[in-house]
Amino acid sequence: MATAESVLKPDFAAKRKHFIFKDEHEALRESVRNFALKELAPHAAEWEETTFPNSVFTRMGELGFLGLDKPEEYGGQGGDYFSAMVLAEEITNANSGGLAMGLAVHTDMAMPPILAFGTEEQKQEWVVPAIKGEKILCLGITEPDAGSDVAGIKTRAVRDGDDFIINGSKTYITNGHRADVIVLVTKTDPEAGYDGFSLFLVPMDSPGVIKEKKLEKMGMHASDTALLAFQDVRVPASAMLGQEGRGFYHIMWELQGERMIGAAGCVAAAQKCFDHTLKYAKEREAFGKAIGHFQVIRHKFADMATKIEAGRQLVYMTAYRFANGEYPVREISMAKLYTARMACEVADECIQIHGGAGYMREYNVERVWRDMRLNRIGAGTDEIMLDVIGRSYGL
Amino acid sequence: MNQLTPPFSEEHEELRASIRGFIERELTPHAAKWEEDEWFPNEVFTKMAGQGLLGLKYPQQHGGQGGDYLHEAVLIEELTRIGSGGTAAGIGAHVNIATPPIWKFGSVEHKRTYLEPAIRGEKIGALAITEPGAGSDVAALRTRATPVDGGWVVNGEKTYITNGVRADFMVTAVKTTEEGGHHGISFLIVERQEGVKSAALHKLGWRASDTATIAFEDVFVPAENLLGAEHEGFKLIMANFQWERLAMALGSVGAMRVAWERTAQYAGERETFGKPLSGHQAIRHKLADMATSVYTCQCVTYDALRRFVNGEEPLKEVSMAKLLTQRACFELMDECLQIHGGAGYMRGDSGPAPHVERAVRDARLGPIGGGSDEIMREILGRLL
Repeated sequence: MATAESVLKPDFAAKRKHFIFKDEHEALRESVRNFALKELAPHAAEWEETTFPNSVFTRMGELGFLGLDKPEEYGGQGGDYFSAMVLAEEITNANSGGLAMGLAVHTDMAMPPILAFGTEEQKQEWVVPAIKGEKILCLGITEPDAGSDVAGIKTRAVRDGDDFIINGSKTYITNGHRADVIVLVTKTDPEAGYDGFSLFLVPMDSPGVIKEKKLEKMGMHASDTALLAFQDVRVPASAMLGQEGRGFYHIMWELQGERMIGAAGCVAAAQKCFDHTLKYAKEREAFGKAIGHFQVIRHKFADMATKIEAGRQLVYMTAYRFANGEYPVREISMAKLYTARMACEVADECIQIHGGAGYMREYNVERVWRDMRLNRIGAGTDEIMLDVIGRSYGL
Repeated sequence: MNQLTPPFSEEHEELRASIRGFIERELTPHAAKWEEDEWFPNEVFTKMAGQGLLGLKYPQQHGGQGGDYLHEAVLIEELTRIGSGGTAAGIGAHVNIATPPIWKFGSVEHKRTYLEPAIRGEKIGALAITEPGAGSDVAALRTRATPVDGGWVVNGEKTYITNGVRADFMVTAVKTTEEGGHHGISFLIVERQEGVKSAALHKLGWRASDTATIAFEDVFVPAENLLGAEHEGFKLIMANFQWERLAMALGSVGAMRVAWERTAQYAGERETFGKPLSGHQAIRHKLADMATSVYTCQCVTYDALRRFVNGEEPLKEVSMAKLLTQRACFELMDECLQIHGGAGYMRGDSGPAPHVERAVRDARLGPIGGGSDEIMREILGRLL
């Protein structure tokens, strides 16, 4: 409780741990951060040109970072959901949006559906080596003619005896060139609407899987992004992931976790960009003093800090519900929508504060600006989030 | 968005339901009239007291309910259901800013004479700090208390004082040294008497609130009415700022929720081009954006509240919550007006939704009162 003595001495320098995190999360935070700063960040600029190497997966597998919230029986650390959020937050210290995205696709997009819907055999075959970093996963939803409108997916899987034959095309697939397996969304019954989709685990070295193109992007340059074609790819029926005809619902569930982790990443990336810019504003002088001491710049920081904090509270509170067994699709969509926009606005304001320097590659802010822009598009656009939220009220 | 959310528990939700019932039955039906009258009757205080609502956080020995800030937080959110920012403000000024300094810094005698009757709704309180020449910059106060035999004589002028016409006592900031400033301000409890002259002010919003300019002309205040330590009144001001700002944030969260619900309902009923307004994607997305804003404000405010209740002194979090919610609330109210179209612009009996234009006007005070947005940014900028 406030007293007359204490209120004059705010403790804003104190550590302000949120209630969802325990000491073990803070220890994990420290170790992921150190790893990212020491082993990843020094290579960030180079990886923007070359994409990051597969050895990042094996190294992180060794360190136990690829299965933080995954069950111990498959080689995971058996931690809670919040430990996965710690990874998403701290990996931003690698200074590479593309690397963070490549990892998230592996640990938080492709792996959860295998664990949730897969057979024991599938888990042993893919999850165990994936947690070790020996096999790399990707996820195939988007097609040249179907993005946010998942129901418009055309890739077909047709039963042929004990097998399925798959034909179609997938695009914007992160890890698409390096992955060993793809969690593929296909249509198995074109007449059944939402009930006509099924997932498959398709090894990427299967005959007929064609890696057509390395796609070039505005940002996220360190990630590998593919256009893929599937031409008469034959897989056994045992490659089906989850129930036949339930693929749409499986993938809608997957998207919730993906959006949550993406939102946590947005908050962390915005915070990092903010910290970096704050340091700059304290050093850079104009008109005889550090620019951070001009009121207008100071207020820009206050506004940014407030927006970032708002995003953080949205993410933590929603993650708390998610981890406690609720399925808060509406709130996850809100967190995804808000944090993606917020990260873009913060990155833009950071460029503004840097002035000409912000426009130069050297200062790394323009990279954040380009990387963050994807968040308003990927994993469901802003407009899709708004539609999900609106419809959740029966509107 | 009605799930139990930390820091609230089942107990608070029960309290919420009972307060809501009382407010919707006893207060909301009169809101429109009180707004036109630019005054709500004093019996609102006695009715509230009858339900125990003026002393939720105060100890039972003083006639309070023995609850804490979380119970008060529930009240603040629910007061928005009156649909009259001014009425909520008058009650809030009594409960959240005028009486807390007496509770925290007052003597046993002060509590008996002012706090207890205030909890019973028999005496109405006001906090008098702002002056024509000193608002957010409280160090510039000029109202002077000159020591005389047995007490002080107070001269000066206060303005924008909520409950300023009706208040029976005013917890008043005065200069007790020539220089004033951080170590020259004291608080006196000034009773209404000859020499205390109130004049009602007319406002953009918060119309039902009694807001006044108060002139003190040679007003004698006995020595025992000094509240807290002499010359150390600045501490009293700072002590309650965090709660006052948190209360404003909670009020905005509550008001936003109510306005959103009503607007969504309207959008579901009002037909244009052969379908309900909410059937148009642009309107649906507006409502989704607004709902996101409500939830965001709620998350930020509840986190600050939880920290406040835990005794963490969350200056940063409270300032952020105040800054974010006040602007967001005004923007949301403006969007509600937009969705209501012409109907939203109508007042009184002229339209189906007179609360809409009122809510926009009421919300405009948020970024000004309790420390302006610019002051919040200044506090935050210096913390960073």
